[in-house]
Amino acid sequence: AGKSKVDDEVLDNLEEILVASDVGVNTTLKIIERIEARVAKDKYLGTDELNLILREEIAGLLSEIETGEETEFVTPSDKKPYVIMVVGVNGVGKTTTIGKLAYQFKKAGKSVVLGAADTFRAAAIDQLQIWADRAQVPIVKQSMGSDPASVAFDTLQSAVKQNADVVIIDTAGRLHNKVNLMNELTKVKRVMQKVVPDAPHEVLLILDGSTGQNAFEQAKQFTAATEVTALAVTKLDGTAKGGVVIGISDQFQIPVKYIGVGEGMEHLQVFNKFEFIDSFFK
Amino acid sequence: MFDNLSEKLDKALHVLKGHGSITEVNVAETLKEVRRALLDADVNFKIAKEFTNTVKEKALGQNVLTTLQPGQLMVKLVKDELTELMGGDAEGINLSGNPSIILMSGLQGSGKTTFSGKLANFLKTKKAKKPLLVACDVYRPAAINQLHVVGDQIGVEVFSDEGNKNPVQIAQNAIAHAKQNGHNVVIIDTAGRLAVDEEMMNEISNVYKAVDPQETLFVVDAMTGQDAVNTAKAFNDRLNFDGVVLTKLDGDTRGGAAISIKSVVNKPIKFIGTGEKMDAIDVFYPNRMADRILGM
Ligand SMILES: Nc1nc2c(ncn2[C@@H]2O[C@H](COP(=O)(O)OP(=O)(O)OP(=O)(O)O)[C@@H](O)[C@H]2O)c(=O)[nH]1
Ligand SMILES: Nc1nc2c(ncn2[C@@H]2O[C@H](COP(=O)(O)OP(=O)(O)OP(=O)(O)O)[C@@H](O)[C@H]2O)c(=O)[nH]1
Ligand SMILES: [K+]
Ligand SMILES: [Mg+2]
Ligand SMILES: [Mg+2]
Repeated sequence: AGKSKVDDEVLDNLEEILVASDVGVNTTLKIIERIEARVAKDKYLGTDELNLILREEIAGLLSEIETGEETEFVTPSDKKPYVIMVVGVNGVGKTTTIGKLAYQFKKAGKSVVLGAADTFRAAAIDQLQIWADRAQVPIVKQSMGSDPASVAFDTLQSAVKQNADVVIIDTAGRLHNKVNLMNELTKVKRVMQKVVPDAPHEVLLILDGSTGQNAFEQAKQFTAATEVTALAVTKLDGTAKGGVVIGISDQFQIPVKYIGVGEGMEHLQVFNKFEFIDSFFK
Repeated sequence: MFDNLSEKLDKALHVLKGHGSITEVNVAETLKEVRRALLDADVNFKIAKEFTNTVKEKALGQNVLTTLQPGQLMVKLVKDELTELMGGDAEGINLSGNPSIILMSGLQGSGKTTFSGKLANFLKTKKAKKPLLVACDVYRPAAINQLHVVGDQIGVEVFSDEGNKNPVQIAQNAIAHAKQNGHNVVIIDTAGRLAVDEEMMNEISNVYKAVDPQETLFVVDAMTGQDAVNTAKAFNDRLNFDGVVLTKLDGDTRGGAAISIKSVVNKPIKFIGTGEKMDAIDVFYPNRMADRILGM
């Protein structure tokens, strides 16, 4: 025997867990509907099977690159330097993630150049310089207050001259509802193309794992300004779950590539959707 | 992304039109809309539930045959209740010490260093104080430098001790320095930390015990989601903070975390941050926040 239907209590409980993980009401309802549909189709369901279905249905919403499993950045040899531009609202972890990424690339034997195009925030350039020193990679910078597009331009020129494999451009944090600042990003992107015509190859949007539903609007506006190609979710070493990225990845078809799990150089992990989903239930 | 709650409620309350009063049955759909609006605004799900229960109690038996539309009546009920919840006696900050010690606390990137500068600037220009900023973040790359740049921008002295890795000592030395040099307010910037980081929570707890601040402020990003309750509770358990600072409200977040935090720790929200510049600071208005959360 056994049940052919998931009872309401199970679904209510699931709804609560998803909402508490910042998945958001819309996406939560979408997941529940998908599970109900699956349950109606498949006859017998034990708890284990239900858990499996749950993971599958949530994972199905998380966009991924065509090939599937590989989620970290691959840097094709015909795209040299491979240019990654990092964007996001204030304080989410852009500069820190760049430091960690630079370290990872370096460790993988790639030559990396960092560009300090946050010329606005107090000591942002010094902060990136310290990360460059830690990862032992060169940095291109100008003084505070200089034009970020000009810094990005210099960085790409320097990287081309050095025959570098990877360039990572830091940008100032900006709230997505500030039109001038968002236009500035579009300009940084355009100016880079004078040096490397198809740059940036990746625009990495950083989302703070403790952010709630506003992350949707962030993804929308940053995508409109810069065509975001990848997401990273930071600060998942705390109790926040970062569930909002499920709906974002689904709606905008952008893969999550990395998660930040601490402030140290090695605290960057390749995104694993099943581990991510499992964390909601812990 | 969000529809106006008032319109939604009017629609949900359409069923009420034929009835004389609000009953358990006919108000259920409306409360669901309210709960949904609160969840979309990032109010914690448990608190949203409690809140709608309170509103239900108040709504039950209310006569609908008044000059107000039922939808408007519900909106008013919800708004008043929210405003009251976030309000209470906003006492301003306690500057009775000599010097007065203000300790900043919060998660990584919430806006502590920026707000330390804003508060120093506010006290200097609006309250004729002579503040001292203290750099007790010994971890974040260039954190000390950042505070120095901020201090330079507003013409406020910054106390730092570059080689010293002990925030308790730095804070104590800073207070001695303040006394010698006639600073009447000492604002201590600290490193961001997660509530689950036992070692770092002990550290700030030790600073707190050593300096005995008049004001301990919990600085929180207005975009925070469901986890706001856990973090606020954990920091409050350790520091028994005096007030909350809600930052980055110049964005378009609904800011439901404000309700969650107030409900869980019952401490006043004292200031808001509305930009990256040093003058982007304001006091907290509960009624404006209620409108914002409801998307009105
Ligand atoms: N616990 C934890 N802290 C992190 C993580 N990533 C970044 N941080 C911390 O978050 C804070 C902000 O990080 P930054 O890298 O300066 O963020 P940002 O986006 O560059 O900030 P702005 O340039 O000011 O917009 C710092 O204290 C970092 O150490 C993470 O994965 N876990
Ligand atoms: N738009 C906006 N940005 C803000 C506000 N307050 C702070 N910021 C920005 O948020 C980012 C982080 O601010 P910080 O003051 O460095 O935050 P913090 O809490 O000291 O960070 P850690 O020391 O790394 O924990 C910076 O880019 C600030 O400029 C605000 O009210 N509005
Ligand atoms: K977490
Ligand atoms: Mg930065
Ligand atoms: Mg700081």
